[in-house]
Amino acid sequence: MRFVASLILIGFISNNSVFAQGEALFKANCANCHKPDADFTGPALKGVREKEPSKEWAYKWVKNSPVVRETDPYGKALFAKWNKTPMTAFSNLKDEEIKSILDYADAYQPPAAAKGGNNEPAQDNSFLFGILTLILAIVAFILLQVNSNLRKLSDDKDGIFRGEPVPFYRNKTYLMAGVLLLAAVGMYLTMSGWNGKGGGMNLGRQQNYQPEQPIFYSHKVHAGTNQISCLYCHGGAQDSKQASIPSVNVCMNCHMAVKEYKGEAITREDGTAVNGTAEIQKLYAYAGWNPATKSYNPDNNKDGIPDGASPIQWIKIHNLPDHVYFNHSQHIKVGKQQCQTCHGNIQEMAEVKQFADLSMGWCVNCHRESKVDFYNRADSTGNKFYSIYEKFHTDIKNHKMDSVTVENIGGTECQKCHY
Amino acid sequence: MSNNKQYWQNFGDLTQSDRFKQASEKEFQEELLPLEELDGKGLLDAKTPRRDFLKYLGFTTAAAAVAAGCEMPVRKAVPYLQKPDTVVPGVADYYASTYVNAGDAISVVVKQRDGRPIKIEGNDLSPLTKGATSAQCQASVLDLYDPTRLRHPLQKSGTDYKEITNFESLDKLVGKAITGLAGKALVLLTSTIHSPSTLQIISEFLAKYPGSKHVQYDAVSYSGMLQANEATYGKRALPQYRFNEAKTIVSLGADFLGTWLTPTEFSKQYAETKKVATKNPELSRHIHFESMMSMTGSNADDRYTHKPSETGAVALAILAKLGGAVNAPTFKDVRLNKGIEETAILLAATKGKALVVCGSNDVNVQIVVNAINEAIGANGTTINWAATSNVRKGIDADMVKLSADMASGTIGGVLVYDCNPVYTLADGASFAKSLAKLPLSVSFNTTMDETAEQCKFIIPSHHWLESWGDTEAVSGNISIIQPLINPLFKTRAFQTSLIKWSTVATIVPPVKDTTKAFVPGNVLESTDVYDNYYKTYWVGKLGSANAWNKVLQDGVIKATTPVGGGAYNGNKLTEAATKIAATKQGEYEVVLYQKIGIGTGAQANNPWLQELPDPITKVTWDNYAMVSPALAKAMFGLDVANKDTKRDADKYEVNPEKPVLKITVNGKNLELPTLIIPGLNNNTVAIAVGYGRKAASDDNEVNYERIGRAAYKAGQNAYPFVGFDGSTFLYNTVATVTKTSETYAVAQTQVHGFTEGRPVIYETNLESYRKNPLEVLAEPRHERELITPNGKEDFVKDATIYPNYEKPGIKWGMSIDLNTCTGCSACVVACNAENNVSVVGKIQVQRAHEMHWLRIDRYFTGDVENPDVIFQPMMCQHCDNAPCENVCPVAATNHSSEGLNQMTYNRCIGTRYCANNCPYKVRRFNWLDYNGADSFDNNQKPLIGTDTNEVITQMNDDLTRMVLNPDVTVRARGVIEKCSFCVQRLQENKLEAKKQQDPSLVRNVKVACAQACPSNSITFGNVNDKESEIYKVRNVEQANRTFYVMEQLHVLPNVSYLAKIRNTDREVNNGNEREHHVAAAHGAEHKIDAGAEHKAEAPAHH
Repeated sequence: MRFVASLILIGFISNNSVFAQGEALFKANCANCHKPDADFTGPALKGVREKEPSKEWAYKWVKNSPVVRETDPYGKALFAKWNKTPMTAFSNLKDEEIKSILDYADAYQPPAAAKGGNNEPAQDNSFLFGILTLILAIVAFILLQVNSNLRKLSDDKDGIFRGEPVPFYRNKTYLMAGVLLLAAVGMYLTMSGWNGKGGGMNLGRQQNYQPEQPIFYSHKVHAGTNQISCLYCHGGAQDSKQASIPSVNVCMNCHMAVKEYKGEAITREDGTAVNGTAEIQKLYAYAGWNPATKSYNPDNNKDGIPDGASPIQWIKIHNLPDHVYFNHSQHIKVGKQQCQTCHGNIQEMAEVKQFADLSMGWCVNCHRESKVDFYNRADSTGNKFYSIYEKFHTDIKNHKMDSVTVENIGGTECQKCHY
Repeated sequence: MSNNKQYWQNFGDLTQSDRFKQASEKEFQEELLPLEELDGKGLLDAKTPRRDFLKYLGFTTAAAAVAAGCEMPVRKAVPYLQKPDTVVPGVADYYASTYVNAGDAISVVVKQRDGRPIKIEGNDLSPLTKGATSAQCQASVLDLYDPTRLRHPLQKSGTDYKEITNFESLDKLVGKAITGLAGKALVLLTSTIHSPSTLQIISEFLAKYPGSKHVQYDAVSYSGMLQANEATYGKRALPQYRFNEAKTIVSLGADFLGTWLTPTEFSKQYAETKKVATKNPELSRHIHFESMMSMTGSNADDRYTHKPSETGAVALAILAKLGGAVNAPTFKDVRLNKGIEETAILLAATKGKALVVCGSNDVNVQIVVNAINEAIGANGTTINWAATSNVRKGIDADMVKLSADMASGTIGGVLVYDCNPVYTLADGASFAKSLAKLPLSVSFNTTMDETAEQCKFIIPSHHWLESWGDTEAVSGNISIIQPLINPLFKTRAFQTSLIKWSTVATIVPPVKDTTKAFVPGNVLESTDVYDNYYKTYWVGKLGSANAWNKVLQDGVIKATTPVGGGAYNGNKLTEAATKIAATKQGEYEVVLYQKIGIGTGAQANNPWLQELPDPITKVTWDNYAMVSPALAKAMFGLDVANKDTKRDADKYEVNPEKPVLKITVNGKNLELPTLIIPGLNNNTVAIAVGYGRKAASDDNEVNYERIGRAAYKAGQNAYPFVGFDGSTFLYNTVATVTKTSETYAVAQTQVHGFTEGRPVIYETNLESYRKNPLEVLAEPRHERELITPNGKEDFVKDATIYPNYEKPGIKWGMSIDLNTCTGCSACVVACNAENNVSVVGKIQVQRAHEMHWLRIDRYFTGDVENPDVIFQPMMCQHCDNAPCENVCPVAATNHSSEGLNQMTYNRCIGTRYCANNCPYKVRRFNWLDYNGADSFDNNQKPLIGTDTNEVITQMNDDLTRMVLNPDVTVRARGVIEKCSFCVQRLQENKLEAKKQQDPSLVRNVKVACAQACPSNSITFGNVNDKESEIYKVRNVEQANRTFYVMEQLHVLPNVSYLAKIRNTDREVNNGNEREHHVAAAHGAEHKIDAGAEHKAEAPAHH
C-alpha cells in the first residue's frame, strides 16, 4: 500500500514540477504577507488574476509595485484598499515564475490536519549501571575478605605468624581506596551533576530554558500556521553575526493590518489560555501606535520615535559565552543550514525553549559530520571558494575521499570560534 | 656566530656585562612561588606545603561548589524600535572622515560597529596621505571616550564651576559679556585652522565685532619657516614637499618621518624612494644632521651630529660648498666636515632631484636652507610652491604681542579654541594670570585643561568623530569630516557658537521640518546651526546634493595639484648669514623635541600613546634627559659603552632607577632621569615636550578629573625651556647641567628579551647588493645547508624529525620590509585598538609585564658614537613547527591548518611554559586583571593604588570600554595572549569570499598593522595563492632579500623579513665590520670606515 502511494507521489511530483516550483517560490517570497486562500497582510492570491485588468498586469505589479501603485489606477485603488501597506518589489522574479506562483495559488487546496509524531523518550540506563557496579563492588570485597582469610589459614598451617589481621575498617589500604573513591565520586558529581542539570560541566548551559517573554509571541502562529519565512523577521541571520530580533517596525509591517488574533487557541506550557488579541495590543503600546486612528503617535520631542513608544526588552534565550564567536550568516548562507538544526522545531513552539545544549561537544560533532558544499571541478557545481583546496581535489579524484567535511577544512580548530 | 656584526639593544648587550649575561640565562626573574621550601623534601614532609596544599584544596573545592551552584543571569536582548534601513546589527559600517588635531589632518575611514566608532584606518583615496596613518591618528578613537572630556558647558563661579543647563541661557550670558566689553578688543585664539567653512565663519564673526582679531597659535611653532618663506618667496606659507621626487634627501634636524609638519604624508613619499626594485634597484640617499637621535635620523643612510646651535653653521657650510656667496664655517669634528663636503657633492650631482629640509624655527637658518634648495634646483621639483601647505600658520610674534596686550589690559575678551597656551607657552603662568583677569574668557577646549581652568565660560566642542567639518591641508585638497556618532555629551560645535554670537541672519539657514508627525523611515535633520551652515556651504560650492553625497562617500574632493616653483629672492641671505655667525653657543645645550606618541601633549591623556614605547629609547610613560655616553661619563662617571668597565653598564641599566640630571635654562630648572643613548652629540641634552600636564591645583583627585589618570604625573613639562629671540620661539638653548644624587625610575620595554648573540637581522649596502644580491643572506643559506641531512634538499621537510602537516587551502604569511620600516609605531597602536590589548601602566611595564602583541625592536650597530639603527617589528611568528605548542600541558596553543599559531584563552591555565619556550619572546601573560574581565568583582581592587597605576581604572571605565572591538575576546587574568594575525579579520574576509563564492577575494584581507603602516612595509596574504602579493614578494620580487628570524632553529616561522639595504658608501654588511664599535669607543677620532684597522685588536667575542 505504502509502495503504491509513493509511486503515485513520484508521478505527481514529476507531472507537477511547475506546481512544485510555484509552491517553493510562493513560500520563499510571498508567504510572509499572502495566503493562497485567505486575506492576510495582503490579499488572498487565489483567483486574483481574474480581478486584475489583464493577465500580464500581475507581472508589472510584482516586479515594481512602488511605481505601479503611484501610476496605475487599479494599482492605486489596490494600495488604498490595503491601508497603504507597501508591497516589496520583486524585480528578480521572471514572468514565468510569477505565473507559476499564481498557478500554484489557484490550484491550492488546504491540507488535511497532519498527525503528530510519536518520539519515544530515550532510555536512561545509568540506574541499572549503578546497581551493577554496586553488586560487583560487594562481590570484589567479599572475594578480598575470603582471600585474606584463606591466606591466614594457609599461613597458620605453615606456622607463619602474621599477627591478628587488621579489620577492614582500620586497614590503611581500604581507607585510602575509600577516600579516593569518595573524592572521585564527589568530583564526578560536582562536575556532571547528579540530577542531570546541575554540575560544573553544565555551568553556563541552559538547555530547555524557556523564560516568560514581555509579549507572548508564538512562533507556532507565525512560522507554523502562517508560514512566515524565518528570515523575514530574523534577516540578520543571512547577513550578520547576529540573527537579531526584529525591530518593532518590522512587527508593525504586518500588524498595522493584523489587529486581532482569530486563529486556533493559544495555550501556555502550563495549559492556561493566551489572548492573542491582547498580546497584539501590547505590541501597539510598545510601538506607539494608535489602533483607533490607525496612526503612530506624534513625535513632539523630535527624538525620531513616536511619543510613548519604547523598545521591547526580550529575554535572550540562546546565550553563548563571551569567548565564543558564532556567526549566523556563516551557517545559514555558506553552510546552508536550516534554522531548525540548532533551534529545533521552532515552528511548533508557542513559547520558545532552548533546544540544544549549545555545548562545544555539540558544535564539534556537527562540524565533524557536516559536509561542505565542496566545489566540483567536473561540473562546476558547489561553492567556488573551495576550488583552492588542491589536495582534496586530488584526493577526491583518486577516490581517497568522497566528500569534504567541515572538519577537513579546519572547522574543529580552536581559532575558528575562539579569538 | 663569532664573525658576525654585533647588533645590540643596550650597553649591557654591547659590553656583555655580567648582569646582562645572567639575566639572559635566567629569563623570568619572577619571585618563586610560596612552595619554595619544598626543595629536596617530599611534599608531605615539608612544613608549609602541607598546610598550603590543604588551603588550596579547600579553596578550589569551595570555589567549584560555589560556581556549580551559580544561576545564569537573565540577559536581555533589546532590538531597535525603529531600525534604520542601513543598519544591520553585528555588521560594521565604514565612513570616510578626517582625523584632525590642531593643524594636523589625515584622511581616514572609520569603522563603526553598532553605532560606536572603534577603529580608524587610512583613506586610500586621499591624494596626500594615500591611506597612511600615524600612531596619534590611530589612538585618537580612544580620545573620544576619554573620561576627562567635559560633559556640559560650565561657568566659573569663584574657584568652582557650575553647569549651564541650556545653550540659550549660555548664549545670553556670553552675549551680555561681549556687549559689556565696551570697545575693548575681542581676540579669537585658535590653533591653526584650515577648514574653509570655519575660516568663513571666523571672518563673518570678526566683521561683526570691529577691532577683534584672530590669532593662530601652534604649540610647536613653524613661524621661522613661514617668515623665511615670506622673505625669500614673498609668501607667508609653507610649500608642499615632495620627498618621493628626491634622490638625495638632506635633513638638518627635521624629524620629517616622525613629528615634522606632515610626517604621515612624508612617510608615504619616503617609502617610495626606499623600495628595493627587483631589477636595478635604486634608492634615495638620506643624509641627516642633528644633535639628538630622532626617529628620522635613525633611518638615515649617513648621519652626523653637531651642537644644536650649530644647525645654521652646518647649513651655511653646505651652501658655501655648493658655491653660495657665504663664508663657510668649519667644525672641530673632522667627521662632520667630511660629511658636509660629501653631502654638498651629492646634492650638486643630483640637482633637481634633491631636497633639503630643516627643523629649526630660526628664520635665518631657514633663509639659508631656502638658498640651498634654490641652488640645488629643488624649487619647483621637490618643493612645490604651486600648492601650499596650510597645516601650520602661527606667527610667534603675534602670540607674544597678545600675551603682552592681555597683561597690559588692552584686550577685553579672549575665545580659546583647540589650543592650550597656559601649558605650551614658555611663560604659561603669567599668561594664565592675565587670562584669569580678563572681563571675558571662553574656552572651547574639550577638557578642563590648563587654559580652560582660567576661563569664565567653558563650552566644550565635539570630538572630531562627533562633528561635521572640512579641512584643506594643502590648498585645493579638501578632506571631509563627518560624524560617526551622535555627540556623547552636551557639547556644541565651536563654529555654532561663533555663528550664534555673530547673529548674521543670512548665514543661519532656517531649520526645516517643523511638523510633529512621526513618519517611519524619516531621517531627522540636524538642528545644529553649523551642521546646516556647513551643508549649505558645500552643496553650494559643489553645485548639487548628489555631488555632495559623492564627496561624503569618498571623504575627499579629488583635485589635481599643480606643481611649480616660486619666485626666489635672496636679498636677506647675507644678513641671515651674519646673524647665524653670531649665534650664542654654550658648553651644554638643550634641544626640545616631540615624541611620536605624545607630540605636543594635546593627546597626553591617551593611555595607548603613553604606553607606546618611544622608537629610540623604548621608554613609556615619561620624558627624560637624553644624553650621549660621553656626556654621561662626564656627569656621572658612568662609562657604559666600555668593555673594560662593564660594571658601569650594569649599574646604569639593571635597575629602572636612572640618575637624575638637573638642567637649568634662564633660571628655570628641570630634574629629569638620564637616558644614555648612543649617537647623540656629546654636548647635547634632548628633552621631549608634551609631558608634565598638571591642573592649577595640586590635589590628586582634581588632577585625575581634569588632566586625567594617564597624563597626570607622566613626565615633566619642558615647554618653559622654549626661548624667544624677538621674532620666533626657539627650541634649542644654552643650558647648564649638573648631576644630582637622586634617581628616578623609568619604564623601558627594551631589554625585556634577548637575542643572545644570535643573528636576527641582515643588511648590506646598495652597491654590494647590486653586485651580488645573493651575498646578503649567504649566512642563513649556509646554516640551512648545515642542518639539512646529506643528500636531501628540502629544508622544511627533511631537516626535522617532526612530521610535515599540509596546509590544504589557505596558508597565511607575512613579510616585513626592514628597508622601509621607519619605526613610527602606527602599527603598534593599531594593534592595540584592533585586538583590545590591555594598558598595564608604568609600574607593570617596569616589571616587563607590558601586553603589546606587536613590538618594534630597536638595535644599534657599529660605532658607539655614530651607530646605525635598525628597527624590527616583532610579533608572533606563527611558526609551523612552533616550540610553544609542544610544551603546553593543556593544548591551549596549537596549530591551525591555515598556518596560524592559535591561542585559546579559555583553555589556558597560565603555566607560561609557552612563553618560556618561545624564541621570539612575543607571548604576553596577564599577570593581573587589567580589564576587569574576571567574573570575581573584587579581583581588581588590590591592584589599584599599590600595584598598578591609576590608569588601569581609567581603561575600565564604562565610557572607555566602548572602544573595545566586540569581535575579540577581552582576556582575563592568568592567561597568555599574543598576536593572532588578526584572525577575526581573516575569518570575516574568508566568510565574505565564501558568500561571494570567489577565492580571489581573500587577497583583499589586511591585518591591522599592515593597514596602519604609512610606508607599506607589511605585506600579508595567502602564500598558497600564486597571484597573491605575499607570494610574489617572497618568491619572485624579493626572493633574494627574504629571510626568517633564527631560521636555523627550524621553527618554520610564517613571518619573513626583507634584509635592509642601506644606500651608503660605508661597509655595513654582516660579518665585515667585526667588533669595530667596541674598539672605536676607546678612540676619540672616528673614520667613516674604521673596521679594517681595528679588526686586529678586537678581542675574541663569545
